[in-house]
Amino acid sequence: MIETKALTKSYGSAVVVDNVSLSLPRGGITSIIGANGAGKSTLLALISRLLTPTAGSVTVDGLDVATTAGDVLARRLSILRQDNHIAARLTIRDLVAFGRYPHSKGRMTAEDQRMVSEAISYLALDDIADRFLDEISGGQRQRAFVAMVLCQNTDYVLLDEPLNNLDMKHAVGMMKLLRRIADDLKKTFVIVIHDINFASIYSDRIVAMRDGIVVRQGSPAEIVRTDVLREIFGIDIAIHEVDGHRVGLYYL
Amino acid sequence: MLAWLDPAHRRPLQVIAALAVATLLAAVAFMTVGAKGQWDFVLPFRGTKLAAMALVAYAIAVSTVLFQTVTANRILTPSIMGLDSLYILIQTSLVFAVGSSRVTTLGPQALFLTQCAAMIAFSWMLYRALFSGRMQSLHLVLLVGLVLGVLFRSLSNLMQRIMAPNEFVVLQDRLFANFNTVHSDVLLISAVALVAATLLGWRHLRTFDVLALGRDAAISLGVDYKATVTLILVIVSVLVSVSTALVGPVTFFGLLIASLAYQITGSSKHIHVLPVAILLAILTLVGGQIVLERVFAFETALSIIIEFAGGIAFIILTLRSAQR
Repeated sequence: MIETKALTKSYGSAVVVDNVSLSLPRGGITSIIGANGAGKSTLLALISRLLTPTAGSVTVDGLDVATTAGDVLARRLSILRQDNHIAARLTIRDLVAFGRYPHSKGRMTAEDQRMVSEAISYLALDDIADRFLDEISGGQRQRAFVAMVLCQNTDYVLLDEPLNNLDMKHAVGMMKLLRRIADDLKKTFVIVIHDINFASIYSDRIVAMRDGIVVRQGSPAEIVRTDVLREIFGIDIAIHEVDGHRVGLYYL
Repeated sequence: MLAWLDPAHRRPLQVIAALAVATLLAAVAFMTVGAKGQWDFVLPFRGTKLAAMALVAYAIAVSTVLFQTVTANRILTPSIMGLDSLYILIQTSLVFAVGSSRVTTLGPQALFLTQCAAMIAFSWMLYRALFSGRMQSLHLVLLVGLVLGVLFRSLSNLMQRIMAPNEFVVLQDRLFANFNTVHSDVLLISAVALVAATLLGWRHLRTFDVLALGRDAAISLGVDYKATVTLILVIVSVLVSVSTALVGPVTFFGLLIASLAYQITGSSKHIHVLPVAILLAILTLVGGQIVLERVFAFETALSIIIEFAGGIAFIILTLRSAQR
């Protein structure tokens, strides 16, 4: 379980995450939604110790992320942020192999190699596994980074906009993959996502943020409603039920 | 070990082997070509120069590659932290304050140790700020180093402008990298410092690979970011101080070596890139020195030859990355 207690992050007088106390149970997919600047990515970075909170604390399975050794946490929780840029020239396979670092410390065993290949096939990157990251498209690169994080094989996986740069086919493929891993391997995903329909169809819980505050949390059925979405985004979205899924038509 | 037969290892190992042979040949050529007279004079005389070049090459290659790793940027060199400018300031103030004739008579060891101490103390002050948390960002620390570097250079320029022209000529000569005036007693201290820095970093070679992914990815993969960055910066400042104190600032050389090493190694692992960079650096310095001695008959400075080539490589590199 991931728990935040009175978690706050401010830059000068601007409060980005404001006194957030949240508990995310183990298992399943939690989507964090909200407008730009609502503090979603900052919350994810605070949970994963990439940022130091101004106040409050985060625990993962009871381990305080501020005091637990980095490599212990790295075997339990992984994160992928947006905008990953790497100066070194790496192939997809090299990159994915780094996901094994918390376990192998750079000395790869045959088992590590097998997991690297598995992660590569999970994201359908087999054909281009030996291409360099600067020779592939943005969507392929995004999938390579997700493969690296999956290869880390942690119980908790935090993804900041995993659908960035992905076309429709790969976006759906990615969500189906996350769903399958969550169900089969009992992993816990926390993802920041902009498309409320992906959040509605694929997640177990939705956490909605506005101005650094968690304004709502609950099941997709509780959150994907015209009145609730108006409170979160400030626009009116008509909700339709299609094949048992709640879908919002926000284009109009 | 089976890993050595893995194709991903073969190319880097081939490159390392080829460079090792070439470096050995260059070293033998340097020791023997054009030798007239007593071997028991020629060999120690040239051996001292060769050892100095090897030490400097090692220091510059390793410090540049590690610095680029820690900043996740392949166009920066440690000179951005202002260590070179500090060296220039120390030299300029010395000549300015006590006069060139008396500086020349100062003990080389004392001078060397003072310079190293000043440069390491300066970088220690910068990193303490990073460590104590007053400055959280590595880039902020580098920026402070950059600004201080500009300050040092301006102070040096001011003094150089008001000193006597003869003094200035002597000073300028000291500021160009020069392997002909290295003293063997200084070499031993340098070698000890380099070995110490190497031992400090050796265990963390694989961690450095992860660091090259950038701060966020490194932390996510469990690297103790602050400790590793501080370790690298300490190693880098020891290496830079030693090489600068030995022969003077060599700005472009590190950039040239590091860029070439990345391109020809065919691997981005430090365990491959570092040996390639070191061998390449020794080869370039020794080769350059042979050209200097045999072709130009000492009529120019080695750093001029190397920085000319380095400058061209730098421009090509910039143009190529702009095309991408």
